[in-house]
Amino acid sequence: MSHIVIDKERCKGCYLCVDECPKKLLKVGESVNELGVRTVEFHDPGHECLGCAMCARRCPDIAITEVYRG
Amino acid sequence: MAELTQVFKVPESIKKGSKFSFCPGCDHGVAVRLVAEVLDELGIRDNSILVASIGCSVTLYDFLEVDSLEAPHGRALAEATGIKRARPDKVVFTYQGDGDFASIGMAESLHCALRGENVTAICINNTTYGMTGGQLGPTTLLGQVTTTSPTGRNIDYYGYPVKIAEHIALCDGTAYSARVSLDSVPNIKKAKAAIKKAFENQLNGVGFSFVEILSTCPTNWKKTPQQAHARVREEMMPVYKLGVYKDITENN
Repeated sequence: MSHIVIDKERCKGCYLCVDECPKKLLKVGESVNELGVRTVEFHDPGHECLGCAMCARRCPDIAITEVYRG
Repeated sequence: MAELTQVFKVPESIKKGSKFSFCPGCDHGVAVRLVAEVLDELGIRDNSILVASIGCSVTLYDFLEVDSLEAPHGRALAEATGIKRARPDKVVFTYQGDGDFASIGMAESLHCALRGENVTAICINNTTYGMTGGQLGPTTLLGQVTTTSPTGRNIDYYGYPVKIAEHIALCDGTAYSARVSLDSVPNIKKAKAAIKKAFENQLNGVGFSFVEILSTCPTNWKKTPQQAHARVREEMMPVYKLGVYKDITENN
């Protein structure tokens, strides 16, 4: 099952990944990290993630640290 | 269940535990990651020397796991020349902003290209001086409002912006000069290919290789990261056209 791993402490809340995901699986979450930023969260109940890594390539802060395809 | 393959990871050339000091949504982070990925893929991390510059990338040695030297403002390519001539076995590269490369460092940059030094130069073009608060820089577009051009850049007072990749391509010593952008994921892939080419040229002893990267400065442009990418496409790209301006390896 394709999925991504987010390091929330690296997220600065630019939300570029939210627009980039072709399946719209990334959302602005409720939790706040030590920068005071509402970080991005990955919700994929329907197992739609393609593992395309567009989000990780777009992220300027390598907050999406791992992407798996399968 | 299908087997999982990892298609993305943090490059090994990024220092463990380091966090970029750039503003939210700034494309600098993407450019640094691309350089790190290229160093990984070519297996040259242990043999590379970075010459860091002045600007937002001033603390680049905190993010990249390579030997580094900090250069005085604009003098990165002068320093890189010295390092490469003393240690020709090393891969020497600079990472500079447009203000560092094409304003205070224009003489060093152009003469390094004219001498055809076998080094790699990466230049981030965000049309402003980002670190110091968004002043008018050498690449500021005509009409662009900055803190030192509050009514917009006009030709009478400030003159024209410099097209760096074209100028470097005009130098006879240049082996490779390209302009790429980071506004979209396909363009990020093309940018990585250009950076890789610039490093491969040095490994092959081809000569001076240069990549200009169109980047964003959401903070000083007073735009969201998304709006900043739209500006790159709509305002910067018509003036700073993407492409390879010189490649002497093309016909061989």
